[in-house]
Amino acid sequence: MTALLEARPATRTTPVAVRPQRTRRALDALLTGAGKTVAIAALLVVWEVAPRLGLVDATFLPPFSTVLGAWWDLLVSGQLLENTRASLVRSLSGFGLAVAGAVPLGLLIGWYKPVSTVLGPLLEVFRNTAALALLPVFVLLLGIGETSKIAIVFYACTWPILLNTISAVGGVDPTLLRLAKSMNLGGFRLFQKVILPAAVPTVFTGIRLAGAVSILVLVAAEMIGAKAGLGYLINASQYNFAIPQMYAGIITISAIGVLFNQLLVALERRFTSWRVPVGA
Amino acid sequence: MSPHISFRGVTKRFPVKGTEFTAVDGIDLDVARGEFLVLVGPSGCGKSTLLDLLGGLTSPSEGEILLDGTPITGPGLDRGIVFQQYALLPWRTAQGNVEFGLEATGVPRRQRAERAAEFLNLVGLSGFEDRHPHQLSGGMRQRVAIARSLAYDPAVLLMDEPFAALDAQTRESLQDELVRIWQRTGKTIVFITHAIDEAVLLGQRVAVLTSRPGRVKEVVPIDLGDRLSTDDPRSSPEFARYRHRIWDLLHDEVTRAQQLEKEVVGT
Repeated sequence: MTALLEARPATRTTPVAVRPQRTRRALDALLTGAGKTVAIAALLVVWEVAPRLGLVDATFLPPFSTVLGAWWDLLVSGQLLENTRASLVRSLSGFGLAVAGAVPLGLLIGWYKPVSTVLGPLLEVFRNTAALALLPVFVLLLGIGETSKIAIVFYACTWPILLNTISAVGGVDPTLLRLAKSMNLGGFRLFQKVILPAAVPTVFTGIRLAGAVSILVLVAAEMIGAKAGLGYLINASQYNFAIPQMYAGIITISAIGVLFNQLLVALERRFTSWRVPVGA
Repeated sequence: MSPHISFRGVTKRFPVKGTEFTAVDGIDLDVARGEFLVLVGPSGCGKSTLLDLLGGLTSPSEGEILLDGTPITGPGLDRGIVFQQYALLPWRTAQGNVEFGLEATGVPRRQRAERAAEFLNLVGLSGFEDRHPHQLSGGMRQRVAIARSLAYDPAVLLMDEPFAALDAQTRESLQDELVRIWQRTGKTIVFITHAIDEAVLLGQRVAVLTSRPGRVKEVVPIDLGDRLSTDDPRSSPEFARYRHRIWDLLHDEVTRAQQLEKEVVGT
């Protein structure tokens, strides 16, 4: 990118050179797009054909079309929406609370070096304790209602956001800090004008991780004790030997996961458009 | 006329693993108002320490630095620093980066945009106001940084090897540009480099520093006439003579610096 713009401002890239490059780029995008679809399509074909040919037991892995049928039935009966709604409310509440709490806390901890030195080991212990191992504790303390589920999602989402935010503040380019110091920029303004914007990309990495965690942890929590939600749907279907419904629940979860991640990636792009495009 | 900047017996020591390391030792140096002074020395001669002291980023262990007769006690907007690594805010456009300095001085919002555009024009970057740093070449980034430092109108411009990371052609064109800007703005410039050619071309006087600890070995006045009216000042016989003179002064120091470095690595 930088190589295109040479030392003397007067020289710009000629439009002649740009044109064929653009068509090639479009073609490339089309090809990679096709490549990505191919892999998923192949998976679905295998899923469809393997049970039909008897390569796997169709009872345990029904063909994809059967699963789609079950998914449609669940949708029409309203069960799917109800369970999805229950799951989304829980995971988005926990996730939202974690973002609202962990970002300011992380900024604070990262900013005050002594605080991060003292809290560092403690945070490391919490981060490396699997959140689900604490689920029984949450259930004991908060019961099996909504509170404990939102709380476990909140807890699990907090760590990636908190730790990334702390390291984001610590990782601000020291020359920028020197610049700010040389300009006598102190306290609040330094924070607002240098540290906060510099931290945004790394904070977003944490938020994206937390997005994936929020769904992962919620589904597991719903499998253990719940009367609604996609995790519950999957687990209950398996108990009742409604195998196509179970798979319908699973593909719904994975679709939600992908969508949520795409949404966060789009948000991240929007807020960090100034960054050097990495292989975009 | 009293000097603009005056170093009075400036010594700076750093604690290193229980002992003390003397970076610069007893520097006495005066810089006149509107002068272009170049500090040249081998690596590890405390050039950057001197600049940090001038910028108020650190304070001397002994002695003092006077700016307009008043000792420097901390950083301030009466001195603008241009860093080797540009130090541009990557999330701001060229325009936004120049405005950054103006925000610190409290220039009203309306005037900021105007001033920023004016100084980007001065460094030859009109039409690039909306580019982000990653869309600019190294030379252009340093132009933005220079515009930023000039825009808030400091009395002194401190430059810490600003062209060291640039390729040869870009460096030459920026050197010429800097002379032009200096002539137009009349700023006092303290310029640090390890390149002899650069020192001779830019400086009205070149202060040669010794290696570890940094002392002023000799101050060489340079008289090349008006550098911009000469076609290729770098190839004139006087240029070669000055170049050789400074090379001579530096040569022993470089050898000594290398020896010291080996000793440090060896222990």
